[in-house]
Amino acid sequence: MAQVSTRSAPKKERAPRPPRGRKVTYNRREALAGYLFISPWIIGFLIFTAGTMIYSLIISFSHYNLATNVATPAGLSNYTELFADRRVRLSLSNTLFYAVLAVPLEICFALLLASLLNRIVRGAGVFRTVYYLPKMTPAVATAAVFFLLLNGNTGAVNQGLRLIGIHGPQWLVDPNWVKPSIVLMTLWAVSGTMVIFLAALKNVPRELYEVASLDGAGPVRQFYNITLPMISSAIFFNVIVLSIAAFQVFDQAYLLFWRDQNNASPEASLFYAVYLFQQAFRQFNFGFAAAMAWLLFVIIMIITSIQVRFGNRFVYYEGNK
Amino acid sequence: MAGHAAPTTVTAARRRSSDPTSPPTALEARRPRRWTLGRTVAFIVSIGFGVLFMYPFAWLLAASLKGRGQVFDNSLWPSPAHWSNYVEVWTQLPLVHWLFNSLSIALLAATTVAISSSVVAFGFAYFRFPGRGFLFGLVLATMMLPGAVTMVPTYLIWKYTGFLGTWVPLFGMNLFGSAFYIFLQRQFFLGLPRELFEAARIDGASYWGLFWRIAMPLSIPSFIIIFLFEFQASWNNLQAALIYLNAGQVSQFTAPLGIAYAMTRYSPTNGGQGDYQFVMVAALLVTLPMLALFAFGQRYFIEGVATQGRKG
Repeated sequence: MAQVSTRSAPKKERAPRPPRGRKVTYNRREALAGYLFISPWIIGFLIFTAGTMIYSLIISFSHYNLATNVATPAGLSNYTELFADRRVRLSLSNTLFYAVLAVPLEICFALLLASLLNRIVRGAGVFRTVYYLPKMTPAVATAAVFFLLLNGNTGAVNQGLRLIGIHGPQWLVDPNWVKPSIVLMTLWAVSGTMVIFLAALKNVPRELYEVASLDGAGPVRQFYNITLPMISSAIFFNVIVLSIAAFQVFDQAYLLFWRDQNNASPEASLFYAVYLFQQAFRQFNFGFAAAMAWLLFVIIMIITSIQVRFGNRFVYYEGNK
Repeated sequence: MAGHAAPTTVTAARRRSSDPTSPPTALEARRPRRWTLGRTVAFIVSIGFGVLFMYPFAWLLAASLKGRGQVFDNSLWPSPAHWSNYVEVWTQLPLVHWLFNSLSIALLAATTVAISSSVVAFGFAYFRFPGRGFLFGLVLATMMLPGAVTMVPTYLIWKYTGFLGTWVPLFGMNLFGSAFYIFLQRQFFLGLPRELFEAARIDGASYWGLFWRIAMPLSIPSFIIIFLFEFQASWNNLQAALIYLNAGQVSQFTAPLGIAYAMTRYSPTNGGQGDYQFVMVAALLVTLPMLALFAFGQRYFIEGVATQGRKG
């Protein structure tokens, strides 16, 4: 690919057949056809991504009147309100707490399941199917079932805990247990992450383990010195994706706690995405909601870039990339 | 890593996919593995987790057959079994409408996004034009954007164009392709030998012909991955239904929105009678199509998820 850099044409990515060492000349008919093929995306991008982003930014600096469809400029007022609003801070800390609790647990549990399946001689396919089914279950159905399973007095989870002598908490009522309840639902459907780990584990050359065990390394050493470095890019990917998802958790929290507007719910269950939704489509405070969305965007960007910077130090890429 | 591995992975997966029991790979065939103590323990622990994962399904099935107030006995063997729940639920809730709405929207969403993403992906994979790399980078960058940022303006667009309360907001954006699917399909197209297209050009095929008669028939596996992923995403989508359909009549709800409605309606705190068995029947009937989809397309789902991991 070295010759690519000698081209003077607009900087391009790797083409399937890079022209060798000469200036790129585009065939006009071909280029036109290419633009035509990608035109649906270009139109969609201009309207639904670039357009809406700019519009969203404008709305975040305005008060939007839904009846008249007029956005009156409001300067920074939405943002000052945002930082003064107790519930914004509350929902943000709830979400952060949830993410810090959920992501490491998801990673560890998925890794545990994947290593189990990787060791099994027979029937791994059956287990994988069984483990994957929760992931196929719609979030509403999961929430409806866990709503009853997690009932503090008569739910099956606490009944099961009683069998082994543990007095289970009031999962969905006690503010301290609201977030662990949602984490539990997330863990039940963790198999997507598990599949990615399983694929990564299968790519680790078996010779490495053989050599290591000849050198006298036990299973724990092998796990830390071979498995973890070899699948570090999969861990990295999952941490980023799961963190972004954790910051946008909505369905379960909405269904379990905020579906019914007449009932009070523990404030511990007010997640950022839920509060944003309420502001936008219950209160119709479009300006405030847009400002909230931009704050979320900035926070996600900051956290992702920290993770990328931090992760690059630990991730091992094959072939010195 | 993705750089050199990616273009070949999908074709490799296609070769492998002729064997439906995918996990035992060539590696294991070469080296027969024996049962050791460690593997036996792993097997037993896996069964334990399997029981935990399956328990909510068994509980759901049992609860759907129970009478009023019985759901909390947590017995997995309902006695007597109220088979009538499955008859009565259709009069209790407009489930037929919900399932029909969800099915139609999911079919529309999956078909449109699979076709539009394929067209765009072919544009990025085959043609050479100025700015291609930049534009494709832009495609990938849009994956980073949280949906919340565009949520309000998107609502306003559908409001101005008069589509509020219709199905259009729930699948309309799919006409323009979707970033991850474009990425997936482009990877697949890059794996096809270019000579194939050159030969067809010499035989007088049009550009559209290259796409429609050569690229598309060959890319059916990844087309199915996209279709299934989007079908599932659309079927499960609660938030869009809340935004666009919640104000309308109950019979116009999608299945997820309907279940949210049913949960509130039967809740004792809302004056309901605690008839959760009907919610459970509805939850089961919303879940079953997804399980069927997985039974039919398991290897596509697994392959699709694994591809997500590889792009990182």
